[in-house]
Amino acid sequence: MEHIVIIGNGISGITAARHIRKLSDKKITIISAESDYFFSRTALMYVYMGHMKFEHTQPYENWFWKKNRLNLVHGYVTQVDTANKKLILNGSEEMGYDKLIIATGSKPNKFGWPGQDLKGVQGLYSKQDLELLETNAPNNEVCKRAVIVGGGLIGIELAEMLRSRDIPVTFLVREDSFWNGVLPEGESQMINEHILEHHIDLKLGTNLKEIIADENGWAKAVVTDKGEMIPCTVVGLTAGVAPNIDFLKGSGIELGKGVKVNNFLETNITDVYAIGDCAEQHESIGNRRPVEAVWYTGRMMGETLAQTICGNKTAYNPGHWFNSAKFLDIEYQTYGWVFSERAKKDHEQHFHWRHPKEKICVTIAFHRDTKLFLGINTFGIRMRHEILDRWLTEKRSVSYVLEYLKDANFDPEFYAEYEQAIISCYNSHYGTNIRPKKKSWKRIFSNV
Amino acid sequence: MIGLTVFTILPFIGEFKVTPATMDQIIREKGISSEFFIDRMQENVVGKQFQGMLSLSPKITQALEAANAQHRKNKEYKKIIYTGPHDLAATVGKGSGSGFIVENKGLMWFLTFGLGIIGALLFIVPNVVLLGQKGIKNNGIYHENATNRGWIAWLVFVFLVSFYLVLYFRSEFAVNWTYLVDPISEFLSGNPAGHWFVYGFMYCTVMTVMAVRMYIKYRHNMYQMVRTTSVLFFQIVFAFLIPEIMVRLQMPYYDFKNAFPLDYDFFFQWNLKSLLNSGGIGLFILVWGIVLTLVIVPVMVYFFGKRWYCSWVCGCGGLAETLGDPYRQHSSKSLFSWKVERWLVHGVLVFAVGMTMMTLYSFFTESGTVLGLKTQSVQNTYSLLIGAFFAGVIGTGFYPIFGNRVWCRFGCPLAAYLGFVQRFKSRFRITTNGGQCISCGNCSTYCEQGIDVRAYAQKGENIVRSSCVGCGICSAVCPRGVLKLENGPLKGRINPTEVLLGNDVDLMELVNNK
Repeated sequence: MEHIVIIGNGISGITAARHIRKLSDKKITIISAESDYFFSRTALMYVYMGHMKFEHTQPYENWFWKKNRLNLVHGYVTQVDTANKKLILNGSEEMGYDKLIIATGSKPNKFGWPGQDLKGVQGLYSKQDLELLETNAPNNEVCKRAVIVGGGLIGIELAEMLRSRDIPVTFLVREDSFWNGVLPEGESQMINEHILEHHIDLKLGTNLKEIIADENGWAKAVVTDKGEMIPCTVVGLTAGVAPNIDFLKGSGIELGKGVKVNNFLETNITDVYAIGDCAEQHESIGNRRPVEAVWYTGRMMGETLAQTICGNKTAYNPGHWFNSAKFLDIEYQTYGWVFSERAKKDHEQHFHWRHPKEKICVTIAFHRDTKLFLGINTFGIRMRHEILDRWLTEKRSVSYVLEYLKDANFDPEFYAEYEQAIISCYNSHYGTNIRPKKKSWKRIFSNV
Repeated sequence: MIGLTVFTILPFIGEFKVTPATMDQIIREKGISSEFFIDRMQENVVGKQFQGMLSLSPKITQALEAANAQHRKNKEYKKIIYTGPHDLAATVGKGSGSGFIVENKGLMWFLTFGLGIIGALLFIVPNVVLLGQKGIKNNGIYHENATNRGWIAWLVFVFLVSFYLVLYFRSEFAVNWTYLVDPISEFLSGNPAGHWFVYGFMYCTVMTVMAVRMYIKYRHNMYQMVRTTSVLFFQIVFAFLIPEIMVRLQMPYYDFKNAFPLDYDFFFQWNLKSLLNSGGIGLFILVWGIVLTLVIVPVMVYFFGKRWYCSWVCGCGGLAETLGDPYRQHSSKSLFSWKVERWLVHGVLVFAVGMTMMTLYSFFTESGTVLGLKTQSVQNTYSLLIGAFFAGVIGTGFYPIFGNRVWCRFGCPLAAYLGFVQRFKSRFRITTNGGQCISCGNCSTYCEQGIDVRAYAQKGENIVRSSCVGCGICSAVCPRGVLKLENGPLKGRINPTEVLLGNDVDLMELVNNK
């Protein structure tokens, strides 16, 4: 029986394992040094905030693995011997494989800041990071102030977590507006305001210069590039993540930023594959980046690779881009491509609408000349994935999208509706006369 | 806290003086013909002063039991007193209370209910400011003692369980509580309050106060606001006010929204007789009750799912959604619990329907037994085990430990019936939004019915489950906008998927349509 070994029990590895099991009877082993069972990394914040216990982040009950003959091994792979098709675990134990799937995810970036390895300085990625944070910042007595370095999704999550225990937070963001490498200006601006509403000391356009230690080797303050010294107990480094592939050096597997793979998720070595955050595509797919550290893409690669491994060779071919996040109280969804001012091409034009009082806004990207709908960002309004995916496939125009916008609304029942306001705003901007169509179940469920 | 303390102490204090006049009246009303009992009472009780129910109650129950034993021995069956000893003690107590509590009903009301309400509101209302921005407010739920099965939760558990035990089995200890609400009861129905009136009034009060909490906590979520208002309205108006006013108008006491088989004694002989003897209104209620169960309930479930009843109208659901909201995360999501749930809840449904068929058979044939089983004893068993223990003591008492829908999930026969309709023929579903789920588990954690919502959402499948009461919290707590409660066409309602939206279109088709 063919032995499939998967390194990493995150969403990519587990999805691959589940699908291989559905399709075949192969022997499957999953190795992890982080946790005994698969858990949802994205939910770690809720454990610290007291919304859930750690066990709630585990999507499958503990009996699931044995029942489905998914053999879980707790250990750290120190070496991969591709010539003899075997792994070395924890420096000494050997394990053979027939096919190897590398799904080791990411690790937090550190950019060589002085003091980045002091006690009290940490990232937020793994279960161990969460446990460390619980020790470093259990309450605002122990942790008088935390400084977070890096204005991305993990940074704002960490800020939200610490604020849930009333710990004062200073948030250093390199850009002059929050996440404006990704978000268009209006949206980024709204999030800036929302961060301040949550009593987070947001410092835009500010970089970390160094972290200063006290006599016991603990962080006691940070110094910014503006010369300001901020006393603190905990420093959160959240300046992005990078593939976690150090253990593969010297294995013969081709590495770049991540593990280099072709569009079948194969590495340069036969029977070795890489999926998820740690994989790097030789050529980017569409507008996507070669390394995509996103939950959804990890899952999709797992779904795809399982087909290949079980004899139905399938290229990784993700559909239209989509993503979501939550910035404190504001939910964010995106479908298709809406680039920031910094990243967008000339032909990409934006229509932006913002609610006069609430923290709700929408940005629609379309082609300046053809009016082709390119993508939508929504903040505080939920959208129906299926509908937007369909519109992108059908290459609809921006006016079509606005006309049928009610079909795409996914907010809970009785919520206020904003389509009329959005469309009036568009009409007055572009001198059009679009009228919203009533929501139709028939349209929503056609093609399903 | 003070209000609660006074309320808790009340059952044990108070003066009772049974006057000969009271005694005579009770003897007349109950048709007591046992000289033995009357003599005993005259000797031990009448004309004496008792401090607290603890000293009075045993005298009465002993007298009654001794009397009945005596009569059984002598085969004087006509003299046996069939009123329960504790009910009789309650009746005697009610008639004979005197002293401070009885003379100062208004003040005592304030000291218990009044202080309780003010205290709770003082605790709840500042959250408007303290909770900060609108949004999900679940911070610290698993850190706090009260909501994480700490000692406070166990204390609440003990209090609730004791309260229900008093209510169902030792009503004489509730006599002092009844004095508090006498003025209200007299205003509504013209009668002094019994212990069930206390319960009804308390139920409404607790729901109102906790609804204020819901309004503040979920003020960003219109669905929760509307739903809470609805459930509060139906409790106060339909379950509490209308029945009391009907009594004043010489009509039978009836809660128009309480559908059989939750209303398990609807077809009991005494109820049918009382309805048939009440003229037009009685007949109307009889027809309404039958139409409600057979037509209105399933049709509404077809259009809106069982939520229209369970989390918009029902009183049990109402308490669960208000008082029980802080405990919703404790319902077990394990596969094992699901198995237990299916056996239990359907078992109770079979029991309820079987019992009702026996009852109707006995009613029409006027025989006391069906296939050798005494109808009366089956009814008594159901009332005791299901009506009192399961729905009351366990159903509400276990809120802080097993979550707020223990009864609705494991015991309610109406929920089981509605569940069949919802599962097999209904437009209701919780739609999963394509591939957006991140498996975080908030939905499953906060599902009060113990549904593992995430298990469906992460597969891109809609949630179509018989037990879902449509409270909408999974959708509210989802950080990625994945879940939406909606009513739509039956086609495509159940959509098994393996590869989720967002991946290769061909692959999706290949795998999902295989």
